[in-house]
Amino acid sequence: MPEINVTPLGAGQDVGRSCILVSIGGKNIMLDCGMHMGYNDDRRFPDFSYITQNGRLTDFLDCVIISHFHLDHCGALPYMSEMVGYDGPIYMTHPTKAICPILLEDFRKITVDKKGETNFFTSQMIKDCMKKVVPLNLHQTVQVDDELEIKAYYAGHVLGAAMVHIKVGSESVVYTGDYNMTPDRHLGAAWIDKCRPDILISESTYATTIRDSKRCRERDFLKKVHETIERGGKVLIPVFALGRAQELCILLETFWERMNLKAPIYFSTGLTEKANHYYKLFITWTNQKIRKTFVQRNMFEFKHIKAFDRSYADNPGPMVVFATPGMLHAGQSLQIFKKWAGNEKNMVIMPGYCVQGTIGHKILNGQRKLEMEGRATLDVKLQVEYMSFSAHADAKGIMQLIRMAEPRNMLLVHGEAVKMEFLKGKIEQEFSIDCYMPANGETATVTTNPSVPVDISLNLLKREMALGGPLPDPKKPRTMHGTLIMKENSLKLVSSEQALKELGLNEHQLRFTCRVQLQDPHSDPDTLHRIYTHLKSVLKGYTIQHLPDGTVMVESIVIKVSSSAEDTNAKVLLLSWSYQDEDLGSFLSTLLKKGLPSGLC
Amino acid sequence: MKLYCLSGHPTLPCNVLKFKSTTIMLDCGLDTTSVLNFLPLPLVHSPRLSKLPGWISKDGTINLEKRELLDLSTIDVILISNYHCMMALPYITEHTGFTGTVYATEPTLQIGRLLMEEVVNFMERVPKAQSATCWKNKEIQRMLPGPLKDSVDVWTWKRCYSMHEVNSALSKVQLVGYSQKVELFGAVQVSPLSSGYSLGSSNWIIQSHHEKVSYVSGSSLLTTHPQPMDQSSLKNSDVLILTGLTQMPTANPDGMLGEFCSNLAMTIRAGGNVLVPCYSSGVIYDLLECLYQFIESASLGTTPFYFISPVANSSLEFSQIFAEWLCHNKQTKVYLPEPPFPHAELIQTNKLKHYPSIHGDFSSEFRQPCVVFTGHPSLRFGDVVHFMELWGKSSLNTIIFTEPDFSYLDALAPYQPLAMKCVYCPIDTRLNFHQVSKLLKEVQPLHVVCPEQYTQPPLTQSHRSDLMLELQPPPMPYRRCSVLNLPFRRRYERVYILPELANSLVPSEIKPGVSVATVSAVVHSKDNKHTLQSVPKPPPVAPSKKRKRVMDEPPVVLAPKPLLSGAVPLEAFLATLQKHGITEVKVEETADGHILHLQAEDTLIQLEEDGTHIVCDNNEPLRTTLRDLVLRFLQKL
Repeated sequence: MPEINVTPLGAGQDVGRSCILVSIGGKNIMLDCGMHMGYNDDRRFPDFSYITQNGRLTDFLDCVIISHFHLDHCGALPYMSEMVGYDGPIYMTHPTKAICPILLEDFRKITVDKKGETNFFTSQMIKDCMKKVVPLNLHQTVQVDDELEIKAYYAGHVLGAAMVHIKVGSESVVYTGDYNMTPDRHLGAAWIDKCRPDILISESTYATTIRDSKRCRERDFLKKVHETIERGGKVLIPVFALGRAQELCILLETFWERMNLKAPIYFSTGLTEKANHYYKLFITWTNQKIRKTFVQRNMFEFKHIKAFDRSYADNPGPMVVFATPGMLHAGQSLQIFKKWAGNEKNMVIMPGYCVQGTIGHKILNGQRKLEMEGRATLDVKLQVEYMSFSAHADAKGIMQLIRMAEPRNMLLVHGEAVKMEFLKGKIEQEFSIDCYMPANGETATVTTNPSVPVDISLNLLKREMALGGPLPDPKKPRTMHGTLIMKENSLKLVSSEQALKELGLNEHQLRFTCRVQLQDPHSDPDTLHRIYTHLKSVLKGYTIQHLPDGTVMVESIVIKVSSSAEDTNAKVLLLSWSYQDEDLGSFLSTLLKKGLPSGLC
Repeated sequence: MKLYCLSGHPTLPCNVLKFKSTTIMLDCGLDTTSVLNFLPLPLVHSPRLSKLPGWISKDGTINLEKRELLDLSTIDVILISNYHCMMALPYITEHTGFTGTVYATEPTLQIGRLLMEEVVNFMERVPKAQSATCWKNKEIQRMLPGPLKDSVDVWTWKRCYSMHEVNSALSKVQLVGYSQKVELFGAVQVSPLSSGYSLGSSNWIIQSHHEKVSYVSGSSLLTTHPQPMDQSSLKNSDVLILTGLTQMPTANPDGMLGEFCSNLAMTIRAGGNVLVPCYSSGVIYDLLECLYQFIESASLGTTPFYFISPVANSSLEFSQIFAEWLCHNKQTKVYLPEPPFPHAELIQTNKLKHYPSIHGDFSSEFRQPCVVFTGHPSLRFGDVVHFMELWGKSSLNTIIFTEPDFSYLDALAPYQPLAMKCVYCPIDTRLNFHQVSKLLKEVQPLHVVCPEQYTQPPLTQSHRSDLMLELQPPPMPYRRCSVLNLPFRRRYERVYILPELANSLVPSEIKPGVSVATVSAVVHSKDNKHTLQSVPKPPPVAPSKKRKRVMDEPPVVLAPKPLLSGAVPLEAFLATLQKHGITEVKVEETADGHILHLQAEDTLIQLEEDGTHIVCDNNEPLRTTLRDLVLRFLQKL
């Protein structure tokens, strides 16, 4: 029985370093290749030695698919392809291909240049790795090789996020990556057709959350920003150049417009300015509303948000500043932070995760006195807020996706074990399908039961269809008989006659003849007629003919009557049938041996 | 399989393919050459035009290349190959009872919408005081002057559609991506492939498991802005329908582009203006890109370039957001991130300005000498009419024709006499005959279907045998209103054997490498997909009181006996008989084989090469034993 194996190397009952291996129909696919932000050691990357102990992965993987540009989904890619070694194709959508190297480079700078780590991938490795990327378009069916095909669907989580449908023969798996089932400010909702995969591998970050909590968090965020501005404070939002920054900009831009606020919003210069261009150029990946109006008003051309100059930081009065980098470990965001930290009217909002050792991490843990270089200390008086804005499907959304795709089995990743357990129960109860949640390094095995594709001769099929009449009758299923010819890799179903012809075989006729003695005091023709009437009454639904040449035909069985010369009452019935009518022939001979009922006229 | 050809225009095709009970329309191009029979629609009243003798100043009627060959409401789907080939869509989807789906790529839909919007806008902003239709009556038409009298089928000429109809028509479009596989009713799979001609332009594969039709329409192998043509997917086609070859087989697009630039520069240097009548999308992107590189070297840095169209802004903006549909070079620009087309920079540096019409801002900002790109290329409507009136009288000015759709002499006719210089640089990047024969050699279709125009050299160049298709077997030509029977013999269909049934099959090897198994199954057909299931077991007969009569019930035949093949070898058969205790066998040789007389049982077995006959009276157990022994030697099919 064919089976599909799924082994998470990361994201199994966990969030971070997503990396899932799928073996399907003899093909091995790696889904995502992320890093764990919570670790600084080996655990940061998935354990690729699971795949092979010695060296390169190229021989063991048919392809790698990256669902979106977040580092917990693509952060280990250059390490995997350049340091462990993989030369096969890496698939990702156009926006992911554009944005992913920038985030990787950003992250590399933090780890190597700031924290002084060695044994990390280099800029050149990121470039070399990106050369192996093959861009994917939505709904395009990409033939990885003759048997393996993949197709991307819109996932809505971030710009360019995709779900993938992986198919080998009639077996298939869908991997959702991270997705969002409700359209948000700049992205649309995830969608998939009823593809009925054998396994649906879904993220389950918000497995136990039911309501759309993102709206609430947004409202919260706006309220906090607004309050700070009202009391004349300054708001610092450390961000990475791409992704969340644009989303928050749209959020503030529309809020500013609606509330008619005058306080300036600044965007730290450099890459961030350029980053908005990505959103403009990939506008087809945003939601319906933005797409429809982009000619008149491009949502990513912000009216209220202006470029930042370092001198502005000392300006009096309220303002909001987006500054890079996002973990307050260096650069402009750190400079501004130092300037504003002493005033309790100000606020810093951390919209993302911070690596251990960064100032961002320290202040989020409540540290209020920071040691700066050169023995100076910095008192942190400003308010510190943490807010996660990632858009994930909630429990309702996950159930909705299951209803859309109608999988035969479900597999949960990218979530906490306890929450998964809860959702697993719900899924098994509501859809009566098996739900798996393997831990990292554990393998979930699903046996599939694929049907066998066969080429049927059109004549045979049409004959069957014609027999069944124009409309199918559910009570009387049509039975079809034919011969399956298996030659090399082809399977052909043809009528038996055609099979003989195609294989160049002679038909061998097997016939039986049987004489039955019968006492019947009538003339031969009368006896024959009595037989005819008798059979008519017994065999309902058979073709019975009384032929003028003195025979009775039941289907293709021939019955003849003769009488012996001595006794005209002693009749001899001659039955003859071919092997194809064996059941009926055997029945008739037994029936007639019992004689004819006397009541026949 | 049949092909109904509704258009005789080779580059504006409209064919309907009937394939496996689906009716598929391939493109619906709109032949607008009939507008040349009308007078230009001036934006401001022109005394000259209204005084031209013998012409009725009526307009805006557009010829629809359709005839009632078939009922349009029976069409299941329409496949669009590029935005030029969808202009008749509202005529087909509206007011005909059409209930199907239209498939097109996103750029095709968006730019197609812009082109339709532009035409509607051109027509509607100059409302006519009155319009006449009586002249379409055959009797009256006979008495009309000039070419109008000789036009055929004027009654099929229709008024331009409205924006409402355009929106309604386009709401029926379903977006598809390249290489996406779309199932139609489970019977047919269609898939668009990049054709390299324009943004989002596609060829289509229409296939079932055993048949494949390729529809090639408007393809290009030149390196311009769109994604390169996907050729390899066209391989193994049974039939390839070939339309939309270049209309200018003798004009090299690169050469024309060079000529365009040099004429433009010459005119500007001499202080004249340049008018380029063009569509608002397509070649204009390439022209602007070419000029972008050319401006500095030709020191045209200060010359204003104007692009005037109600959809100019949209067209320029849309071109920048379809990175996925562009050639590799332009795609990589987006990764930087930079706009893929350099006209963004031309706009930013104020070298190129775009306006919705000559009214409004344009009139105040307009500086001469300048270069104006505007529509419509037929010179019958749109802002171009105004510039013809404005610049036509001066020999300093130049009009450069780049669109190949209209005869430039006919287009200019109502403006004669004309002092303005005319330059004809038609740029048509579609396949030429040389490229297409190379392509066909590569993809090897079994049959080629094409418009009859492609099977003979053009009328004006009848000696140029290189300007036609020469193929083996010769292509099947079609003309307007012809119905072709495509040479197809469907012999097989795909069915799926469910696992339960598959497991119960018993294959036996007939020859080395060839096995057979008899299959009895229930056919389930749903959505044109057939599955084979095991025959359900009959419900067990409830033990009834009539038990003794069971023998009287005729047998229920679940599966007929298989056909037999092979022969029964005499010696081996005798040995088997012996094993089963039948020893007294008298063998008699006959012409065709042997007769075995089982003396103790008084039974005859006639063994022949292709038949066995068992004559056995009153001994059913013996008969069945013999039957089974014979069957051992035979193969069952």
